[in-house]
Order: sequence, then C-alpha cells, then structure tokens
Amino acid sequence: MAAGLHALRPVAGGAAVAAGLAALILGTLAVVAWHAGGLSGLGPWDWRAVWFTIWQAVVSAALSAALAIPVARALARRRFPGRAALVTLLGAPFILPVIVAIMGLIAVFGRNGAINDALRTLGLPEFSIYGWQGVILAHVFFNLPLAVRLILQGWQAIPAERFRLAESLGFGPRDVARHLEWPMLRAVLPGVWLAVFLVCLTSFAVALTLGGGPSATTVELAIYQAFRFDFDLGRAAALGLVQIGLCVAAMALARWIAIPAAFGAGLDESRHARAPRGWRVGMDALAIALTTLALLWPILAVSMQGLPRIASLPPEVWTAALRSIVMALVSALLALLMCLTLALAIARGRAAWIEAAGMLPIIASPLVLGTGLFIVLRGWFSTDAMALPVTVMINAIMALPFGLRALIPAARTLRADYGRLADSLNMRGVSRLRYLTLPRLARPLGFAGGLAAALAMGDLGVITLFATDQPTLPLKLYQLMNSYRMADASACAVLLMAISFALFWMFDRGGRLA
Amino acid sequence: MNIRLIALAMLAATPVAAQEKPVLTIYAGDYIASEWGPGPKIEAGFEAICACDLQFVTGDILPRILMEGDRTEADLVFGLNTDMTARARASGLFAPHGQDTSDMSLPIEWTDDIFLPYNWGETAFVYDSTRLENPPASFDELLEAAGDLKIVIQDPRSSISGLALLLWVKAVYGDRADEAWEKLTPKVLTVTRGWSESYGMFTDGEADMVLSYTTSPAYHIAAEDDTTKQAAIFPEGHYFMAELAAQLKSTDQPELAQQFMDWILTPEFQREIPLANWSLPARLPRDEWPQVMRDLPRPDKTLFHTEDEAEALRQPALDEWLRAFTR
Repeated sequence: MAAGLHALRPVAGGAAVAAGLAALILGTLAVVAWHAGGLSGLGPWDWRAVWFTIWQAVVSAALSAALAIPVARALARRRFPGRAALVTLLGAPFILPVIVAIMGLIAVFGRNGAINDALRTLGLPEFSIYGWQGVILAHVFFNLPLAVRLILQGWQAIPAERFRLAESLGFGPRDVARHLEWPMLRAVLPGVWLAVFLVCLTSFAVALTLGGGPSATTVELAIYQAFRFDFDLGRAAALGLVQIGLCVAAMALARWIAIPAAFGAGLDESRHARAPRGWRVGMDALAIALTTLALLWPILAVSMQGLPRIASLPPEVWTAALRSIVMALVSALLALLMCLTLALAIARGRAAWIEAAGMLPIIASPLVLGTGLFIVLRGWFSTDAMALPVTVMINAIMALPFGLRALIPAARTLRADYGRLADSLNMRGVSRLRYLTLPRLARPLGFAGGLAAALAMGDLGVITLFATDQPTLPLKLYQLMNSYRMADASACAVLLMAISFALFWMFDRGGRLA
Repeated sequence: MNIRLIALAMLAATPVAAQEKPVLTIYAGDYIASEWGPGPKIEAGFEAICACDLQFVTGDILPRILMEGDRTEADLVFGLNTDMTARARASGLFAPHGQDTSDMSLPIEWTDDIFLPYNWGETAFVYDSTRLENPPASFDELLEAAGDLKIVIQDPRSSISGLALLLWVKAVYGDRADEAWEKLTPKVLTVTRGWSESYGMFTDGEADMVLSYTTSPAYHIAAEDDTTKQAAIFPEGHYFMAELAAQLKSTDQPELAQQFMDWILTPEFQREIPLANWSLPARLPRDEWPQVMRDLPRPDKTLFHTEDEAEALRQPALDEWLRAFTR
C-alpha cells in the first residue's frame, strides 16, 4: 500500500504515512484524555519522575555516544578476520529483550555476579548495580550498540576516495580527523544522541528493576502506575503529553546542533586507505576488545544459565515461539514499507514535520497507544480478535524511528548523488525502486528490518493490555516466572534471545548480501 | 522458511471455537490460565458439568473492566485481589455471589456478598536456609538486622503484593510506620515491578530475602523436593491476601455465571487450588489439604484491613513509602 503510493508520488506517500502516524499517536492520546474527561494535574512525585527521566536520559545518551566513537572508528578503519561477524554480534544488546538483558547484567554486575566476586577476592569494596548507576549502566549496555552502528554507518558513508586523497596529500591521523571525521561526526552525532536519549526517555523495566527504589521512577513507569494503581487515565494522558513535549524539544535541539556533511559520491571501491600504525593500533584493538567483553559477557552469562533446559521446555512454549516469529516477520515487513516511504519523502527535503512524525513513535507510550486503540476499536471488533493485529501494528510503528535513523542519511545521500541523474534519465516508479533505490539502500533496509523483527519478538508491552488466549513468547516467559518455574523461565529467556538474534541476523545479512 | 508450513502451524495454534455451546467468558490474571496455573483444571472441571465452553481471557482484569464498563464481554472475573475491592465495588458493575460464606477455611470472617474468595495466603519474607542461617525471628528483628542483609520487594504502585506490604507495615506499626520504613529501606536491594522479577532475583541468590507469601515454600517442597526455602514467621502477624471471583451484572449468561460461582466453594474445585495455585483453599477443612500445605508453619496472627481502611490508608501509606526511599 505505502510502497504503491511511493511509486507514484514519493512525497505524497511519505506525507500520508507521516500523517497517519501523527494521527495515531496524538489521536490515541486525545482519546485517552477524552475518555478520562480531560487531563489531570501532575503531583510532586510525577514531576520528580520527569526530572529523573530527563537527567538519566541525558547522561545515558551522552555516555553511549561518546563511548561509541572510538569503537566505531576502530571498526571502520581496521580489517581483521571475523570483523563482519563482530559488527553483527555487537548489535546484540540493543535487540535483547529487556528482561533477558537485566538477567544478564545482574549475572555479571549483581551482588553475586562475577565482578563483585572478583572485587571481594581482592578485598576491594563492592560495586552496587542498584541505583542510578545501574540504570545508566544498563542504558549504555543497551544503546552503545545502536550508537556504534549508526556512527559506523557515518564512517562508511565517507567515500573511500576521500581517505585515499587524504593519504596522497600526506594527511596524518589528526588531519584526517579534522577534515573528514569531525565533519562527519558533527552531522551524525546529534542524531545518535537523540536516538539514545529518546529510547532512555521511555525506559520502563530497566529503571524499575535496577533503580533500587522509587527515586529512580521514570515517566513511563508513572504512566503505568496511573493506569494500574489509580485507574487515572487523565493523569496517564497528561504524562504522555509531557513525554511528547520532551521528545519535540530534544529533536529541535538535535536539529539545531547537527550540520549536514557533504562528501559527494564515490565509486564504492572497497579498497581502503592505510589505517594509521603505531600506538593507534593498540588503542583500536583495546576499544574493540573491551566493548566486545562488556557487551557479550552478560549475554553469555544468561545463555549458560538457560541453555541446558531449552530442549525440555513444554510444547506450549514452542507454539508461542512460532506465533511470535510470524508476528515479528509481519511487523518487520510493515515497518520496512513505512520506513522506506518516509525516508524517501524526507530525503526530498523541506519536510521537517514528516521526519518529526517518523520519530514520534519512539516517545509514544505504548501503554497510552494501546489503551487509546482499545477504546477506539472496542466498539467494532472483539478484543480477542484485535489483540494480535494491534500488537503487530504497534510493534511495527515502535520500530520505525530506529529504522529511520539508519535509512534517512542513506536516502539523503542517494538523493544527492543520484537523484538528478535518475531524474534526467526519467527513471521513476517501479524501475527506479528496483534498479536504484532498493539496491543502494539494501544495507540500511536490512538493518532496519532486522531491528524491527527483533524488537517485535521481544516486546511484551501492549499484548498484556489486550488480553488474549494466544500468548506470545515473552508472555509465556512471564507466565513461567509467575508459576515459580524460574529455571524453565531462564531457558525460555535464552530461546527468546536466540530467536531475536536469528531474526536480526537474517535481515541484516540479507541486506548486506543484496 | 516454508510459508505454508508456518500458515498451517498458525492455524493449528488458533483454537477452534466450540460450536453451538454457550460461551462463558472469564477475565483472569495472567498466570491463572497458563498451563502451569489452575486454569486448565478449572476449565476442564467446569466444562464437564455445564455443557458450555469456558474461555479464559487473561490480562490486567480491573483496569480493563473499568475501561469497558457495562459493555464488557466478561461474564465473570477471576483473580481480583482483596485490596482492590473498594474500587471494583464502586464501579457498580458486579452482582452478588449468592453463597453462604459462614464456614470458610479463612483466618478472618468473610461477609462480602459480591466478591468471593477462592484461595488465600499471607505476605511473608522468604529466605534460603543454606544462605541465611539466622533469619530475623520477628518484624522488629528484620528492621534491626545488620546492614548486609538485603531484601527485594515489589513496587506498591505496580504490584499487588507490594501494596500488601505497605498495608502490612501499617497494620504492624500504625503511626510509627514511617520509622519502620526508615529502618527497612537501607536493607532493600531493589524494588521490582512485579512479584516474579523479585522472586527470580531471590532464587538467583541476589537477595537474602524476598517479599512473597507464607505458602511459597510449598512449591519448592512439592515440585522440586527442596526444603531450603522457608518463610520467616513473625509474631507481629502476617497480612492476609485472597484472590476473588465475581460475576458481572451485564452478563448474557447469568445462569452459567451463577453455576460457576456455586461451583467455586465445592470440594472438587477447592482441592485443585493448593498445588496448582500454590495457595490455601478458601473452603476446605484443614485435614483435606495436601500434606505439604498442612506441614507449613502457620503464623499465630493474621492481619487484615477492611476494604474502607485499606482504601483510606492507600495514598498516605504510599506517600510515606515514597518519602522513606527518597530521603
């Protein structure tokens, strides 16, 4: 549908999708507020939650982006066996289902974790993961991979010719940084920071489990409590509005800071300039090694716990897994269609509102969105029939902003480098899509599709609100935990994680081979 | 992957609606209808006597009912909690249960004519005797315990057991509850959204004690042959929690709904509760309980706030709790 529209009128298609998104996200908020008979005022604890949310999101985003720079640079300029696999693997934490990630972090950094065991042996004071430091640690763990991938894409978007030109001009690493890398970072970093900031803004389970108590309450948690504890839809809607306000302010800030880079087109030759030698080799190796250790250790720790019991999981778990896989694939497909339509429209420029609408889902509270849809749709459909389609749709929408972050820069470059040529050749519609757009955008599309599928796979969110007798895999995981079956639950967590990774890998690999 | 195979599997995974039989729709808590909860046994047991199709719909019961109002498809709800009845009752959506509740096996008297308990238990801190050799013998001792004793609790704003802890502390310490919380907060390792996250952290060895139920050790004894998990019994008393069923006024199957309500307190139903729900049956003589439940240490004193007391305490107790944690 969306792709069909695009083939005819790219901007109109993008505008239609963006308008639909805005209507859905702002509309559901309005419906919730209307159902409640208006917005309720926020209490002092709500404002505390707002401040904590902003503070932790700013710090988490800044740390993630700053730590990602040396890692992305090392990965961009070094070639070593297994590099491609490592790049994929380093993406793992971002698509890890939250509950699994928390289990992993506790296994490593918890009171009984490996780090504290080592500290105790050495007679050093213990590190506590519970508190604001745990929230930030978890957020960096989740989002460093996203930041690395986005910055790495920025590095790879600088044509190899520029590096070789720099080399023939006798540029040292410092000159390369000044003339090539810094302008690229200036263009890319604000977007990276923004993406991570927005993810952390809506954080829910991380803050609740690792926060150590109510002083680490986030806005999303306050929304949940307004629903569950007070049944106060008006307050939930008011908090949802605050979240959207924060989102818009952060986007305006990032837009104001970012300056587009202009490197022009290259020939896509993969032959790279020589990377700097000497101590920089050691630094790069250290950056890669430390990141790999920090990101993969928790995942490994969780796997060790659950792996042995996977084969003995009851059949209902496998049925739920299959259902979740199909839902994730449909979600990914929907997300890709919307993502491509939006990115191509945004690349044509002068459509700031389309980009803003595309980023909105990241900040929309899934709880408000789900409740709004529930209120609107219940007159027409049975809630049982709605549960799975609505979940698929919401998951597709929630994945959009991440896909867009990867796709927009690529679509802009495509437009700048080949747009006029394609126009002058009168290449449009399906043939332009097939011979120019899709091949040039295959990599970011694969990445976006993989993200969407994996995130949909691990999402527990809205389905609990709609209630269904067709449980998804994350729901099954909770049911196991709620029935005291913690060992089976950790096996189920490993299964969930493995499927999420497999889905991501499938799409990402597909995009890189295309 | 083969698309047709997936499609087939999806079809197989979709339950085929029973034809021509009347459908009794029950909104239930998440864990109840899973194959590890009491749901499947209840469903099979009732369908054997009702010539109907019982369908559990799981999720957050009360928020959903309040949102749907009298247009709800639910005929019954199953799994409401004692501390939420005030708001459920105020909605005016529920009809009387019509049961005689004078001879329940509850530690308190039950006079509610709308909400019918089918199980019960008490809040308790559960520990592992291999890791905690000298557990606190009273609530006071817990408050005065050494600083390295770490407990995990649940957030009262998102979890029913977390709310029960607030009311428990209020019941034990009354006006001095804020002092109690001041002593307790340094021992709180973290606060989780729900019971399951806390309990998982406890079984993983992260915390020494977890806020759970007096009946929790029964699961480990019966299902895992593990006698190391125990509930610390406090002489100050433990806070009563029951799960409740109620029928909706708006039901289109009033006779079936009533038949279900009539069935809840029968021995056939009650006998399924202990080992599927890991809680105590609401009406079953103690000598008919499974051995593992009879062997559990019982508190001498059960604490419980009436519905109006609980509703009046909820917000002040929460503010007190929040202040204690942010000091």
